[in-house]
Amino acid sequence: MKQIVELTLNGEPREMAAEGHRSLLDCLREELGLTGTKKGCDVGDCGACTVFVDGQPINACLMLAVEARGRTVETVEGLRPEGDVLHPLQEAFMRHGASQCGFCTPGILMMARKLLEENPDPTDAEIRFGLSGNICRCTGYTKIFDAVRSAARDIRQAGQQEATS
Amino acid sequence: MRRFAYHEPATLEDASRLLTDLGDDAHVFAGGTDLLVEIRERLRRVSDVVNIKSIPGMSDITWDEATGLTFGALVTARQLETLRGVQETYPNFAEALRQLGSIQVRGRATVVGNICRASPSADTIPPLIADRAIIHIYSPRGMRRIPLAEFFTGPGRTVLARGEIATGIVVPPPARQSGRAYIKHGRRKAMELATVGVAVSLERDGDRCLEARIALGAVGPVVLRAAGAEAILKGADLTDETLARAGEAAMADCTPISNVRASADYRRNMVGVLTRRALRTAMEANA
Repeated sequence: MKQIVELTLNGEPREMAAEGHRSLLDCLREELGLTGTKKGCDVGDCGACTVFVDGQPINACLMLAVEARGRTVETVEGLRPEGDVLHPLQEAFMRHGASQCGFCTPGILMMARKLLEENPDPTDAEIRFGLSGNICRCTGYTKIFDAVRSAARDIRQAGQQEATS
Repeated sequence: MRRFAYHEPATLEDASRLLTDLGDDAHVFAGGTDLLVEIRERLRRVSDVVNIKSIPGMSDITWDEATGLTFGALVTARQLETLRGVQETYPNFAEALRQLGSIQVRGRATVVGNICRASPSADTIPPLIADRAIIHIYSPRGMRRIPLAEFFTGPGRTVLARGEIATGIVVPPPARQSGRAYIKHGRRKAMELATVGVAVSLERDGDRCLEARIALGAVGPVVLRAAGAEAILKGADLTDETLARAGEAAMADCTPISNVRASADYRRNMVGVLTRRALRTAMEANA
């Protein structure tokens, strides 16, 4: 039996029809057409389906869609601050070649965003800890860590310029 | 995903009745990080999922020096991990939480769920047993409280009867001169199940050990207390020699098996090494 689930998705009120057994991941992709969030392992190991629910990063494959009722969900599609402006993390990932096949990238961008929101100047160990739930099989992670460090610098500098202007 | 019927009861009474009426293929759903995986990988037959997240009164965390740490069945691992009181007072538990799955998993997984899954390698169980945690259980006949050390009856099995629901955990406050540690041993640092987990909670008077509680994960059908090692430590001076003897006794206390992650011999050897190390850390952490 399908239920209508009302939620706030990337800042907009939305509703979706979901059966009780369906995951948030499947409904985001198939009911709402938001295919940026990837289905990698579907058992919470790979992190490709990372989204925020009420600000908390979670694996969308391990949440039932009906649980999203009344919640605020953010996906990688909501990462860009404006229509044609990329997030500093997206810029840095392009600059550093931090994405190869790209399948893990949406989840890593979301997790890196959370990391930098909580800790604008993370150490290498803190970056590794923050991204330890996101598996990448292409890059060997080095370029991803470079990009996150670089984006952290960009965001801090932008903040300083804003403060002094 | 395999289909199942979904229920969202509003009270413990309703949840308990559903679980009783629906039978053995109905399962409590809190964090869902184990249950949904088991459904998807067909490790467990599930006809009905009973989501207990709408039941009030199980989301609170309190900490004070008189009663210790109390948290409800809906409290996530990540909530506890990021709490300063947990980090400072129960560093063994905090370390176990940091080692459980990923940040995303911990954002959903509940500690009470990790306990009720009753895996011998569950990270949160050894430190909570070492700190004498009590688990609160709703039963149709009333509430009952039992020491966590007596909660497990085998791999994946607990004393919970049909219709009973674990509602929360109380961890007593630490004794004055006490220190604690948890060491997880695995083949990799992230997203790993413990090959061996050792938790220590040590109370002392100067250099003399008043009491040590040692809990060993992944080396028996349930998380074990290392009774032989604890007996050696009780009342003894905390010298290198005592620690070495305690480590050896812990090797005799455990009953590991060989499986895909490690051999029984390797596990037993690691219990000796890690017990010594955890005791050393607990001594040095001593306030």
